[in-house]
Amino acid sequence: MDMTTQGIPTAQPYVPAKPATAAKVVARNVNVHYGEKHAIKDVNVDVPDQAVMAFIGPSGCGKSTFLRCINRMNDTIPICRVSGKIEIDSRDIYDPSLDVVQLRARVGMVFQKPNPFPKSIYENVAYGPRIHGLAKSKTDLDEIVTMSLQKAGLFNEVKDRLNDSGTGLSGGQQQRLCIARAIAVSPDIILMDEPCSALDPIATARIEELIDELRSNFCIIIVTHSMQQAARVSQRTAFFHLGVLVEEGETEAIFTNPREERTRDYITGRFG
Amino acid sequence: MTDTITHTTAAPIRRRVDTTSPEAQAGVRRRYRAEARFKSYGLLAILTAAVFLAVLLIDVVTKSLPAFTTNSLQLDVAIPADFVPADQKYNPAAIRSADYLPLMREALKTAIPGIQGRGPERTLIRLLSTGAPDGIRERLAADPSLIGTTIKAPLLLSDDADLYFKGAGTAITTRATRGTATPSDTTGTITITASGNEFSENLVTVKLALAELARAAITEADRAARSTASGAAERAADLRKQADELLAHAKDAASAELLDSRLPSLLVAINGGLVKITQLAADRIEGEVLLPLSSASEAKPGDWRVVTYTTPESARKINDLEVALLERFKTNGQVERAFNWRFFTSGDSREPELAGLRGAITGTALTLLVTLILCLPIGVAAAIYLEEFAPKNWFTDIIEVNINNLAAVPSIVFGLLGLAMFLNFFGLPRSAPLVGGLVLALLVLPTIIIASRAALKAVPPSIKEAALGVGASHQQAVFHHVLPLAMPGIMTGTIIGMAHALGETAPLLMIGMVAFIVDVPTGITDAATVLPVQIYLWSDLPELAFQAKTAAAIVVLLVFLFVMNGTAIWLRKRFERRW
Amino acid sequence: MTAIYFITLVFLVAAGYFLASQRAKVLRAAPNGAALHSLPTYHGLLGAVALFVPMLIVYAIGTPVVKMLATTNAFSFFPSELASDPLQRGVILRDVGNIIDGRYQGDPSAALRDAAASYSSTFSAGRLIVLGTGVVLGLASLFLVLSRISPAFRARNLFERFVIAVLILCALVAILTTVGIVFSVMWETYRFFFDPALKGRPTVAQFLFGTEWNPQAALRADQGEIRTAFGFIPLLTGTLLITLIAIVVAGPLGLFAAIYLSEYATPRFRAFAKPILEILAGIPTVVLGFFAALTVAPYIRGWGEGLGLDVASESALAAGLVMGMMIIPFISSLSDDVINSVPQSLRDGAYALGATKSETIKKVILPAALPGIVSAFMLAISRAIGETMIVVMAAGLAANLTFNPLDAVTTITVQIKTILVGDQEFDSAKTLAAFALGFVLFFVTLMLNIIAQQIVRRYREQYD
Repeated sequence: MDMTTQGIPTAQPYVPAKPATAAKVVARNVNVHYGEKHAIKDVNVDVPDQAVMAFIGPSGCGKSTFLRCINRMNDTIPICRVSGKIEIDSRDIYDPSLDVVQLRARVGMVFQKPNPFPKSIYENVAYGPRIHGLAKSKTDLDEIVTMSLQKAGLFNEVKDRLNDSGTGLSGGQQQRLCIARAIAVSPDIILMDEPCSALDPIATARIEELIDELRSNFCIIIVTHSMQQAARVSQRTAFFHLGVLVEEGETEAIFTNPREERTRDYITGRFG
Repeated sequence: MTDTITHTTAAPIRRRVDTTSPEAQAGVRRRYRAEARFKSYGLLAILTAAVFLAVLLIDVVTKSLPAFTTNSLQLDVAIPADFVPADQKYNPAAIRSADYLPLMREALKTAIPGIQGRGPERTLIRLLSTGAPDGIRERLAADPSLIGTTIKAPLLLSDDADLYFKGAGTAITTRATRGTATPSDTTGTITITASGNEFSENLVTVKLALAELARAAITEADRAARSTASGAAERAADLRKQADELLAHAKDAASAELLDSRLPSLLVAINGGLVKITQLAADRIEGEVLLPLSSASEAKPGDWRVVTYTTPESARKINDLEVALLERFKTNGQVERAFNWRFFTSGDSREPELAGLRGAITGTALTLLVTLILCLPIGVAAAIYLEEFAPKNWFTDIIEVNINNLAAVPSIVFGLLGLAMFLNFFGLPRSAPLVGGLVLALLVLPTIIIASRAALKAVPPSIKEAALGVGASHQQAVFHHVLPLAMPGIMTGTIIGMAHALGETAPLLMIGMVAFIVDVPTGITDAATVLPVQIYLWSDLPELAFQAKTAAAIVVLLVFLFVMNGTAIWLRKRFERRW
Repeated sequence: MTAIYFITLVFLVAAGYFLASQRAKVLRAAPNGAALHSLPTYHGLLGAVALFVPMLIVYAIGTPVVKMLATTNAFSFFPSELASDPLQRGVILRDVGNIIDGRYQGDPSAALRDAAASYSSTFSAGRLIVLGTGVVLGLASLFLVLSRISPAFRARNLFERFVIAVLILCALVAILTTVGIVFSVMWETYRFFFDPALKGRPTVAQFLFGTEWNPQAALRADQGEIRTAFGFIPLLTGTLLITLIAIVVAGPLGLFAAIYLSEYATPRFRAFAKPILEILAGIPTVVLGFFAALTVAPYIRGWGEGLGLDVASESALAAGLVMGMMIIPFISSLSDDVINSVPQSLRDGAYALGATKSETIKKVILPAALPGIVSAFMLAISRAIGETMIVVMAAGLAANLTFNPLDAVTTITVQIKTILVGDQEFDSAKTLAAFALGFVLFFVTLMLNIIAQQIVRRYREQYD
């Protein structure tokens, strides 16, 4: 692959290129406007690799908007303008020469509401590898599907009904299917936009366990409105308020000893 | 109605709603009556529409019924051995081109012996359709060994004779007699003398009918007198004079009467023959022999009858002789009614009994095929572009407004477009399904675009996001996920659009699909017509039988429409998805 | 010719797909090869497109050019005055075609034979050139694509750009249709009023304000003096009369039906009533015309005679009544939509004050929904004005200037149909008059529609 024009490594099974300690995602002076509305103001943040970073904050604070900047999902909204710089592995993802489709193959996403395709479980997982040409043969593809489902902790539950529709699964299973679908293309980063908000506590617990397991292989960024969840799954936490990144740091530090007044008020439940 | 607090300069007054006084209760009752009345208007409106629809459908179906069956005569047809020259006997072309008229004539004369004279013979042969020999022709061509034998074959009746058996004829009453009667001869103009005043009953009926005619003439004269048109006064005077004469006849109870075609026809069935009464007295009649008598001997009481054809001859399509002949065939058991397959297997014709829908149905199929091939891909592509890819700018706005306006342009204007553009400018062939299909495609394109956009919009954005999230390009997300999910909705919209195209007439008139075309079209550039245009063409024709054909063609069209819309509803139900 | 060209095209397109996708697969399978930017399928599709587009363009340009050249060559054997006469030209062309097909009856003249030979030789040479050019250009563009295939080659993006172009073209068809309508109707209308070569053309004022309509021109001398007149007023009054009857019938019925369906009807009744209205809306107008002409008109006539009235057998009333029935579903479904979109809060407000349902409807819902209902009526009027078959079958041809619904009147659409069905000559005022009427029809319905849409849009903004 021509590295000078493409920037991002190819869509091959993931080989960590850098030491885990280096920042995977670097955002500098990111501003987002929705038409007239200034949704994100001068956000600067470094996201470490092989760790979970949580974005917390009251509703409408811009945490989801910022998350969607990282795989340029905001491009689909015509009135949305993004300025500033976001780099993944030192490569500016808003560089015009960069193919957004390839970016999204590197940055997987799991959505608030489980949204499996109304197709078979197998097809759900196989779709990504297929459009990126990751499998050289049918057995190859079978293997990717199996591996992804296993990593998502779903394989044992669905291995006998891979051809059943993905929409027939329970909510929690659907969300894990979506995670399997995201990791089937071996992304570096997985973005999770309140992945448990539509799930019951038991399913939530399964997903949280899964996130913890996935941490060793991926850089995970999770948006959550549950502070307990942030405390449970993340290593680092960023607190957003009114489009501003108020505070960011080790999760434990944020929750026990926040530097900012607003963070403390939010964590202690004064507003939210 | 409500509690209100009014602040005045004086002390505040508090008014309450009065619910107990008789006036208040009357007011409430009045309001409820108004409510019921208002509600009943709505119900009435819907019922009006329903009744209209029911009357329309029942009317059309009732009118169409005669066209679905056809009457023919089952006759023995003798085919002489020298019907075709011996050396041509096995040549189907020669057999087909032979003259079948003599065969028909002979078969008819054998069935009803004794018919003589050019006039009656011609009447006899005219009972048959010009297409009557078709069946025999094909049978002989397929099996020449039948030549020289006598075969039993159904011979198609002409439209008027056919309609006679479908109730467009006359009521017939028969009255037995008490005395004897003696005819003067067996053919020609004869007199029949009865032993008593056997015909006085008929004479009374005739006088009553004359009085009725006189009344009608007076009414007509009054109307003419009111009218200001030139010649109306003379016409009124003329009518009054006629009425006076008629009344004079009617009043004189005993006088003999001459019967004419304005009165019900009276006939005497005697000695195996039939005599049409021209002059009627109480004890004797004079008349024309329609069917020859076997002898001129005296008929015993009960052996002869007086027959009445209630509808006057002038109010019928077929005359007394034809009625007599058809009745004779009927009593002989030679009239056969069968399902009218020809209606679906043959093309158009000037003869109602031969006209069929095959040409129109084929033309419709070809036209709609062209329409579908053009407007489905174009419509879906345009919808995808507008719904998924079009940037929000003035240009897209223009396209959108334009599509909405096109949907409301009168269909005849599309016909003008077809005429000026496709026929005159591009020089495409007139009357062809190709041009018809093009025009209809443009006509239903807005419908399909609007329906497809609605279907695309109904697919939840989360599906597209999911695809984008795993790195599908926008087009991949649309074509792999959104479009397949929108497909049932698009298909439903397309079928509804095609049903619309199926019923469209006006633009096709403009591009010349109104020609009289007998041949069934074989390609999209052949001259053709379509079902609705065929309906329009037939509805314009004067023959009564074409009215039934028109109604039958409408029934066929409506069946197609119901099937298409039913499929659309089924699709919608079957693939309806709740997100 | 066409068949050969397109068979070649299909074959080459398939080959192009195969070559390009194979090349990409080979690159991917190479032991030290990097991953491809695009799937081999996209390389293949791009290859196919690269072949398809130039070949199609060459065909679309080449075929008419070849035909033109062949015709010009053929006419070089005839005197130029023959070639410039359109009638003679057509005859010669048909004869040439017949000679080439071997269907010519009799002995062709020398000039005709030479012309045929020249035509067929030019034609066959020309189409060979077209085929050759198409194949060469197609292959050239295919090889350009093939030469650029590399792992970094963005075949998918290029192909998607092509797809977008196709989609835009399809969306443009709608615009082109409108342009086509406007152009064809306007041009003939312009000629109707202003073409100096046209005999008997009226002035715009004569057309707009004339009270006599008789487009029939004397065809033969023995027909004597026929006064040709193009006064639009009788057609306008006829159209308006029938439309008025239709709206008087359909307006209250449709509106009350909509009110009942949206405010009173139980779901079960709705399930029964909605399909009835939908079926009514789906009945082809030719069927309604048949019903109007053969059932309603005689009935009205009989009823009129019973009352001692003179009723024309093609009375405006019959056509108007049936047309009214046709637009009931139209008004009811549009009004149903607007009534349903009145916010529930307005209803609740009225109910809370103790208003009955009908009072709420009359005092609150209808005023709130009024703009939408007005636009529904305007669309219905536009539909009634443009309706053709019912009036063609049930209304008359005579252009009577009258407002008596029992008389026969004629309408714009009836006249367009009457003039244009059958033989037309595009240089007679009569034929062009139909286009002028079409222009009026298009313009009026367009205006009604645009205004109605504006009203609806503003109404939507109010409640969204």
